[in-house]
Amino acid sequence: MRNAETVLKVDDLRVYYATPQGDVRACDGVSFDLRSGEILGLVGESGSGKSTATGGVLRMIGSPGRIVSGRVVLDGDNILEFDDEQMREIRWQKIALIPQGAMNSLNPTMTISAQIADVIETHEGRQDEDVLRQRILELFRRVGLPGRIYSMYPHELSGGMKQRACIAMSIALDPQVIVADEATSALDVVVQRVVAQTMLKIKQELNVSFIMIGHDMGLMAQVVDRLAVMYSGQLLEIASVADMFAAPAHPYSEILIESVPTLTERKPMRINEGITHDPRNPPSGCIFRLRCPHAMEKCAESRPPMQEVRPEQLVACHLWQKNEDGEYVRQAV
Amino acid sequence: MSDKLFDIRNVSKIYGPEDTGLVALSDYSFSIPTEPARIITIAGESGSGKSTLGELLLRSSPPTRGQILFEGVDIWKFNEQQKRDYHRHVQAVFQDPFGVYNPFYRIEHVFQMVLNNYKLASSKERGRDLVEEALNAVGLHGDDVLRKYPHQLSGGQRQRIMIARATMLKPKFIVADEPVSMVDASLRASILDVMMNLRDEYGISFLYVTHDLSTAYQIGDQILLLYQGTVTEHGNAVDVISNPQHPYVQLLIESVPKPDPNVPWPGEVELPAEEAFRTASATGCRYYPRCARRMAHCEAQTPKRFDVGPNGHQAACFLYDPDRNSDESREAASVNQSS
Repeated sequence: MRNAETVLKVDDLRVYYATPQGDVRACDGVSFDLRSGEILGLVGESGSGKSTATGGVLRMIGSPGRIVSGRVVLDGDNILEFDDEQMREIRWQKIALIPQGAMNSLNPTMTISAQIADVIETHEGRQDEDVLRQRILELFRRVGLPGRIYSMYPHELSGGMKQRACIAMSIALDPQVIVADEATSALDVVVQRVVAQTMLKIKQELNVSFIMIGHDMGLMAQVVDRLAVMYSGQLLEIASVADMFAAPAHPYSEILIESVPTLTERKPMRINEGITHDPRNPPSGCIFRLRCPHAMEKCAESRPPMQEVRPEQLVACHLWQKNEDGEYVRQAV
Repeated sequence: MSDKLFDIRNVSKIYGPEDTGLVALSDYSFSIPTEPARIITIAGESGSGKSTLGELLLRSSPPTRGQILFEGVDIWKFNEQQKRDYHRHVQAVFQDPFGVYNPFYRIEHVFQMVLNNYKLASSKERGRDLVEEALNAVGLHGDDVLRKYPHQLSGGQRQRIMIARATMLKPKFIVADEPVSMVDASLRASILDVMMNLRDEYGISFLYVTHDLSTAYQIGDQILLLYQGTVTEHGNAVDVISNPQHPYVQLLIESVPKPDPNVPWPGEVELPAEEAFRTASATGCRYYPRCARRMAHCEAQTPKRFDVGPNGHQAACFLYDPDRNSDESREAASVNQSS
């Protein structure tokens, strides 16, 4: 890692949704660090709690959800203790969101530039018209959008351009952290590649850190620096993307990587059933044990803690045990 | 009776006036044999016309020009009985497994409707057997799903139930328009596997409409790649994807993110600032404005499909015109090999 300084620290974050049959623990004790100038990928299937975890980080959980406990430290402050006014101040300024289906999140009745101007003026007060215009054009340039869209409305742009307009808006106030929720999943491959390259460029030029939510492991391999794997509200593994693909430590990460279809080899597909348990009534011990090909007795007894089994590779799995020399080894099964 | 299930003859679909409208499909010919059953993939970006082809085959809208024959009969000259039979033989599975269900009814209602509409079963027991058989074909069991409501099932299960519903009618052909794009990546295999199983065990052919080339590669027998309503390349799915020849298809395939952090995308791509609007009167190759290897005559003439490989592998690109200066085409071929 070029720069290991932590910009965002999430510590034991818990977000639950109330239902008549009891709480759904959509984010159940999630901890991770986001480093300066990195893209951290957050993967997992539908319902694994990716968007809930980042929703907790952004303090954007609506009823019937609630943040139960945990700490989210940004710039030295635990933002879970902020009041609404303090939160309003840091949104866009320190932490910004590119929402899921970002292209439908733009206001159809305002031009793209007016929406970006709105973000800037809300936080920084009235701006000189020419200065503001130059600033917005500079944002367009950064994300590779032509200046002629300045006076255009969202419907006049293609999906990829709208997506890049949302990226332009997210960097308008130069935040340290941007959460991109499935930012490219509705786009065609070529457009997806352009948008992903835009994000990589922004990361490099502005040294901003991204949390990128997604489920396309191929895209993750191309874009992110580190990868965190979630399953049913819990983090199972976090490692550099190279380590994760070369030697996944958790059985679930293995399954995710194996089930990516490739263009080089036609092979029988690996069939998965998705999350099988009722989220209001999770299994005891390890959350993944009902689907795990290597589940042992111990897995039903206790939830495995996150352990650093190789440098910079953390995994929550009982298969990993220390040997006599104090090194972690994965038990053969 | 014809040995062709579908014979698509010079079909064009133009939205709007015939000379200035938007060409969704341009002078397209293709035939699908009755057997063996196969999965034919139609791939291309948004707006390339892939869904239009599905709609034409489903008889949702008539072609502007040309004919579509089903077992030798023009589908727009059907009588009432033929229409009914056609809608039984040609079924559809759509993209959104959430929107197709009425949330107020249990899953069994979906099957009951089909049983009633087509009078498939003489008795309740027979009906139950048919439903169970169809569910088993997609790897599900009636006891697990029939009494449930749609929201209690995963996207993958819902999509498989839609396929089960279609198979109850013993169709010959299923148009599957993006059946996995709204389903979680890890659950897609279960749906694709069902499609292959129905092809092999039940002899059902599929038109698999998708923008995802990796699944097309995994399950497709044949592939057609569309760009702005024209077929750019077609052939055996493995041949086309492992050895693409058309510059557009090469860009597409190179852009599919490789699940390997050590093999990054080769270089940066730029999208053109302005997409050329494709009216019916426009001439030349549709890909001309974006093509890195365009030649002067590509703008004036529309390329035919030229042979580029075995098993009917063809590309609609002047780079492969055998009449071109032979040195030039050899050079083009070597550039392709290295890219």
